[in-house]
Amino acid sequence: MAKTAAPERPGAERRVEIMSGNEAIARAAWEAGVRFASAYPGTPSTEILEALSRYDDVYCEWSPNEKVAMEAATGAAMAGARALVCMKHVGLNVAADPFFSASSVGVKGGLVIVSADDPAMHSSQGEQDNRQYARFAKMPLVEPAEAGEAREYVKAAYELSERFDTPVLLRTTTRTSHSQGIVELGDRVADLPPITALDRDPAKYLMMPHNARGRHVFVEQRLLDVAAYAETSELNRVELGDPRVGIVASGAAYGYAREAVPGASFLKLGLTYPLPRKLIADFRTRVEKLYVVEELDPFLEELIRLMGIEVDGGKDLVPLCGEFDPGLVARALSAAGAPGVDAGLLELREPATGELPDRPPTLCPGCSHRGVFVALRKMKAFVSGDIGCYTLGGLPPFEAVHSCTCMGAGISMAHGMAKVVDEAADARNRAVAVIGDSTFFHSGITSLLDVAYNQSDVLTIILDNRTTAMTGGQQNPGSGTSLAGQPAPEVDIPGLCRALGINRVAEVDPFDLEQTERVLREELAAREPSVVIAKSPCVLQFKIRRPAWRVDPDLCSGCKVCLRAGCTALSLANEDEDDGTRRVEIAADVCNGCGVCAQMCKVGAISGPEAGDRKDAR
Amino acid sequence: MSTRPTFNILISGVGGQGVVLASYVLSQAALAESYDVKQSEVHGMAQRGGSVTGHLRFGDRVYSSLITPGTVDVLLSFESVEAARYVHWLRPGGLLAYNTVRVNSSTVSAGLAEYPEDIDARIAAAWDNVCALDANALAAQAGTVKAANVVMLGAVASALPFSAEAMETVIRRSVPPKTVDVNLEAFRLGRAVNACG
Repeated sequence: MAKTAAPERPGAERRVEIMSGNEAIARAAWEAGVRFASAYPGTPSTEILEALSRYDDVYCEWSPNEKVAMEAATGAAMAGARALVCMKHVGLNVAADPFFSASSVGVKGGLVIVSADDPAMHSSQGEQDNRQYARFAKMPLVEPAEAGEAREYVKAAYELSERFDTPVLLRTTTRTSHSQGIVELGDRVADLPPITALDRDPAKYLMMPHNARGRHVFVEQRLLDVAAYAETSELNRVELGDPRVGIVASGAAYGYAREAVPGASFLKLGLTYPLPRKLIADFRTRVEKLYVVEELDPFLEELIRLMGIEVDGGKDLVPLCGEFDPGLVARALSAAGAPGVDAGLLELREPATGELPDRPPTLCPGCSHRGVFVALRKMKAFVSGDIGCYTLGGLPPFEAVHSCTCMGAGISMAHGMAKVVDEAADARNRAVAVIGDSTFFHSGITSLLDVAYNQSDVLTIILDNRTTAMTGGQQNPGSGTSLAGQPAPEVDIPGLCRALGINRVAEVDPFDLEQTERVLREELAAREPSVVIAKSPCVLQFKIRRPAWRVDPDLCSGCKVCLRAGCTALSLANEDEDDGTRRVEIAADVCNGCGVCAQMCKVGAISGPEAGDRKDAR
Repeated sequence: MSTRPTFNILISGVGGQGVVLASYVLSQAALAESYDVKQSEVHGMAQRGGSVTGHLRFGDRVYSSLITPGTVDVLLSFESVEAARYVHWLRPGGLLAYNTVRVNSSTVSAGLAEYPEDIDARIAAAWDNVCALDANALAAQAGTVKAANVVMLGAVASALPFSAEAMETVIRRSVPPKTVDVNLEAFRLGRAVNACG
């Protein structure tokens, strides 16, 4: 990532760089003197910690999950350091318990919590609007619209945090986190004093009922104080233009609306909870019509209506689902009769190139998960899946994952199923849990403990590829290294499973289809808790390249069985001129030599670069 | 006050084809010419062999990082189907430059869909201002097929409101040192394809 800013020499004039919103958040945290940062990787938040870990003087860690990350950051802030904790939107569900507690106890050093939401679900299982969490936990909320603002808002958030004794929720969306813009660079605050003592302040930090009652009163007053501050905060800005159209917007939606109706009047909100009542009421008096343009929930709209301020259009004009662009906002406001809409954005053209093949994401050529899903499909097993690359095992041609909800749930949901499915049910209706190593460390361990403690005959397959693959290959407690690249103890997964109380723990080579299928069938038949670990490193993260395999066209019968390997290196050739058969080809530059397709071939037509590579036909 | 209208470039391709590097070169070149720049891309699940786009916008002041369909000035596509998929994003008269390479999607590889044999004809029927080139062949000529994205940058260089030299400077400092010469040669071979604007 050549584009990430390295800390630069002070003294230069205005320094700018193109950065993503995530890189700008990291830059700002470094400049603000943050000393502790924690996160669990999750798109679109992951790059914040990756970028911050490249600066000096900031301790950064991948925590096992978001709850732990939140608690660790709360502790660091309690000790007096400025702290940052980052997660994707659904990560805040995991961290909700300490999130509410952090609101109660407040801070000593500033605490900023980044929630990166994913409207349109580019890489998520849900589309929740985490602005609601700020209101729920009575915590100030800031929403930058672009990368440059992300840097300013992080710095402002630390001041807000320390001034009002509160954590601050900084909410981005995919289009602020992953969009790049011009960011001004500053220096890090100098001369941070070492922290040598911990405050004893039970009324603030010891949340037993008596103390917590006092903190609740404090939190309610804090909200009123922040609301008063919001009236004059520079984070909220009035841009008066055409008095006929007033638009209230925040985050990426502001950018879309600003281009949709370039001359309109805007109330651009950066501090979006608690809201400044007087500022909004005053803006209302300056415009003929007031529209609220926001993605996902009517968060601002409902709060503004609750204040008794008339709104002429909000979610009746723009969708509740998905993300916007300038054209969508232009068409919505134009339909509402707003003047000044950019006519160049209104036309909606349809694709004119006929039907095209879909190109969904897929397992990489050489991926160690492939063989397991080939076996599971063959077994027609019901698979209770989890969150990671292996969720792609649910797509054709595998169609071998049948449920997936949230991190770690694959095992516990299979446990619930096992407890109610009749003992006489056949093996195809006995749930198999599939989970990756990082997700297992995140929240699968307690689920497996449930399986062991309450004895369900669930088969759990742990796909151990030694990394957090889907988010780009981050270290985890099984990697043997930390985020900083330091050596770390490597979790012994078989030993851990045994320690939890699982007596049947087996390991398989996922590239050996015969062994994998045999062991899975045996373990599924066992009427007790069982774990099978399929261990092989991620080819993408560890840059593993194996020589390509090839198809012997004299042997290939065109039966297409190998295509069920779901590998993009395989394809059907055009019809043979002599017999009309469409034989399979392997693209040598795409193939990563795993040999799974060769083991599926019934006529032994696929062979590897070594003489002994040809597998027996089955 | 100078008025430079916002210029929209949409890059489309398949995960792993270098959409991110191409976006980076273009955005840095735009920054060097004192434009306001916004660029957007998607990470995570969308990158695993799926259809990938990068939005790049620059002008005097750019607010949205996303381009609205129908307003793209230059559509730069690294694969034929991924070119066809976004043709309707072009503004009237906008330029489509694409690499005629064909990359099978997982659906095609699994025998669940067919790669359209007539893809080039379909594109030609749907759009007039098209520049199709075999960037993989030119990149191989430069030294590595991996530089096909840089060939494509060279091919559209004359259609962009900043100098090819600015792009060359960025390429020089953003690719691995050992590959500078190969990439600059790929860029030069792309520029020699005059058909693209």
